[in-house]
Amino acid sequence: MARLTDFSESEQKHHLDKIRDLPAFGDTPFQSGPPLRQRRVAIVTTAGVHVRGDRLFDSGAADYRVIPGDTRAADLMMSHVSVNFDRTGFQEDINVVFPLARLRELQAAGLVGAVADFHYSFMGAAPIRALEPKARELAVLLKKDRVDAVLLTPV
Amino acid sequence: MGALGHYLEREGVATAQISLIREQTAAIKPPRALWVPFMLGRPLGSADDPDFQRRVLRTLLSLFEHATGPVLEDYPEDAPAAGDRAQDFACPVSFTPGASTRGGLARALRDEIAQLAAWYELARIRRGRTTMGVFGPTVDDAVQHVTAFLDGHPEPTSGIRAGTAIKRACDDIRTYYFEAAAAQPGALAPKAVERWFWNETAAAQALLAIRERCMRSNDESLKPLATLGLIPRAVLDRYQRNS
Repeated sequence: MARLTDFSESEQKHHLDKIRDLPAFGDTPFQSGPPLRQRRVAIVTTAGVHVRGDRLFDSGAADYRVIPGDTRAADLMMSHVSVNFDRTGFQEDINVVFPLARLRELQAAGLVGAVADFHYSFMGAAPIRALEPKARELAVLLKKDRVDAVLLTPV
Repeated sequence: MGALGHYLEREGVATAQISLIREQTAAIKPPRALWVPFMLGRPLGSADDPDFQRRVLRTLLSLFEHATGPVLEDYPEDAPAAGDRAQDFACPVSFTPGASTRGGLARALRDEIAQLAAWYELARIRRGRTTMGVFGPTVDDAVQHVTAFLDGHPEPTSGIRAGTAIKRACDDIRTYYFEAAAAQPGALAPKAVERWFWNETAAAQALLAIRERCMRSNDESLKPLATLGLIPRAVLDRYQRNS
């Protein structure tokens, strides 16, 4: 599942209403880059994940948290405010949401050039427009870290 | 998620996203997206399944090899064990029927927490981690806060709003139950654990009672919890259908 037809009536309505209320994004930008095996990759999730002890996400939070690449899985937690997605996967294995270990394996196999030093998390329940200034700020940080491929994972 | 793709790419950073709701992604048209037929909360599909996760990740990364966009591809493989095996599920702890009506909801909640303690600890030791702790370091902190709220004598909250505090306490209690249930032998379908929690536990009754209080509250931080943040929409649908 996550096919709309698998959802309850009110869930379907919720997701369709979100489409109706979307802001206009205009033309889709498309940034070219080097071959994958030369790219430096970061993960940006909207799962509301962060290092234990960092600020928790609160309702409406549109800012992001920094996740250093050497953070142990045991030191990561999730404070996303929504109760409408499965958390048992994350509880069992963080890679089902934040696949840093898998990314490192693919880097070791030569599929990607490098893994970034820093990764990031927003909380997907934030108002869409409110994300824009923080995303712009994040783009500067990613470029400083020489990242030229970002993987985005939702929940 | 699709919005972030637009915003980052506009600033010159190439992105590829996983899409969980295809219709939304098709409407947003982000630069590169891979729709996956997995449940919400599991963008890589399957926990403790590195081979499956790597296949998803390889496919997502392959989107960077397209010369033009936007790109929206469909991942062809369902997640293993995605089926609902509710009929196989029996919680290791059989809670005493009717406990919530005999000793009160707060008492029943404390009893369940105590009965699940061994399973929660087992899950924590096996996994080497817990995801609990948004309210306090132990589940007892959350239970104390929730029972005081239910008793009509809510604890003061320092630095955070009452609504945020009670929501986080409820989140920690739910996490404790879900992590404890996962320690049971056999792989449990996520939907089965959810059904057990919402249909059979005093904790669920406590969360529903808190929601009722929030509906009647004049506190602006509590009111939103009547519709959001405590009870999943699908669960509310079921309760409303059955009431």
